[in-house]
Amino acid sequence: MRQAETTRTVNLLKEVDVAVIGAGPAGLAAALACAEAGVSTLLIDANDAPGGQLVKQTHKFFGSERQHAGTRGIQIPSLFTEKLANYPNVEIMWNTNASGFYDSGELVLEDEKRFMKILPKRMIVAAGASERFLIFRNNDLPGVYGAGAVQTLMNVYGVVPGDRVMMIGSGNIGLIVSYQLIQAGVDVAAVVEAAPCIGGYLVHAAKLRRAGVPILTSHTVLAAHGQESVTGATIAEVDKEWQPMPGTEREVECDVICLAVGLMPLVDVLWHAGCEMKYVPELGGHVPVRDENMRTSNPKVYAAGDSGGVEEASSAMVTGEIAGISAAKSLGHQAPGADARLAQLKADLAAIRSGPTGEKISAGVRCATVCGGVWE
Amino acid sequence: MTDRPKRHDDDVIVCRCEDVTLGEIRRLISEGYHTIDEIKRISRAGMGQCQGRTCRHLIARELARALGVPQEEVEMPMFRPPTRPVLLSTIARGEGDE
Repeated sequence: MRQAETTRTVNLLKEVDVAVIGAGPAGLAAALACAEAGVSTLLIDANDAPGGQLVKQTHKFFGSERQHAGTRGIQIPSLFTEKLANYPNVEIMWNTNASGFYDSGELVLEDEKRFMKILPKRMIVAAGASERFLIFRNNDLPGVYGAGAVQTLMNVYGVVPGDRVMMIGSGNIGLIVSYQLIQAGVDVAAVVEAAPCIGGYLVHAAKLRRAGVPILTSHTVLAAHGQESVTGATIAEVDKEWQPMPGTEREVECDVICLAVGLMPLVDVLWHAGCEMKYVPELGGHVPVRDENMRTSNPKVYAAGDSGGVEEASSAMVTGEIAGISAAKSLGHQAPGADARLAQLKADLAAIRSGPTGEKISAGVRCATVCGGVWE
Repeated sequence: MTDRPKRHDDDVIVCRCEDVTLGEIRRLISEGYHTIDEIKRISRAGMGQCQGRTCRHLIARELARALGVPQEEVEMPMFRPPTRPVLLSTIARGEGDE
């Protein structure tokens, strides 16, 4: 009996060169780079289709053509999967969650029906990010949404979340989702931002202002109102210490409060793998310390996309490809021209992170990069 | 139980999965539970469906405020598999296809 069990386990332990966790922009780019390098690649994602957050990004991308500028986010996943389909060395598993990584080097997957054990020689964690929540009265009332959920409802399922939305947060997600709400015929009561200036690109904020939406900087939400669901909210001005100023409270009528107050890297599996982690607020929270090839302190483990620090989809595609090329290279495999490509990608990344909006990210990346840029 | 002045937002929910309020978190901190792991074990905050993804940073921020330390000094809880709740039937079925 015992013997049989052992045999069973050994038979089911699937060996693979590189396991890529997450098939968003970073994971897709990482898997394609591994495929091109000729290593056996397993790409897994908890959803039933590729793209991660791209599936709801109906807007056109900025930046460089190499990162698909001018293309709508929703069109990008198929650009990758069409290429991946040509590689017999790539296997993709949808509806599959990375449940844990163990000291034995085993990666355990789970699809709500069964467990699977994988023994990857390298692992690239491109799990993305989760949304930050906010503390205010009645924040558990139906009608309080995260911006990701609102975007999924509208852009994936074609359902509007309500009639009148108050948006909390003026980063690019808050601004873009507000504009998409207006396009869908939903009234946006206001965009509320605790900081003294907006967090996202001026071009997105300008569109909202032209549509007559007030953007209230140095403001926060104090409470949601309603019995069964949201019928309104109290907002107030905040002082330099982010504290609400008494006497500035006012009521806003709305049936949705949408929270777009930032993202945190999803790094659970990196903690499991014993990677050295560091709290870097510029990158959204705890991130793995990495070298310039996205390798973590665990020589078998790489991070890419938001799991390495919250940025945007274009940089996720670049860090994903860097991680993919580097992971394959560490196993002795590389596609022709991979070194030149790697240099190009690093230059692209520097370009994406240049300019005033990239300053914060660059500072965060410097803080999260191992001393000297390479592991001993 | 330690006497603690009541605050206006004490009844705000911090952990939605396990219905833990800000007031309860503050009470635990005032009673000497000074890590996320300790607060989790006493209150179940972070042990629900989302596995702390919503409340972890809110509790960390409350700890940082109460203890007067920067948030980076608040120790993260132990991260253990599984990353999301698993059905008992999945566990019972074990590995493989049958």
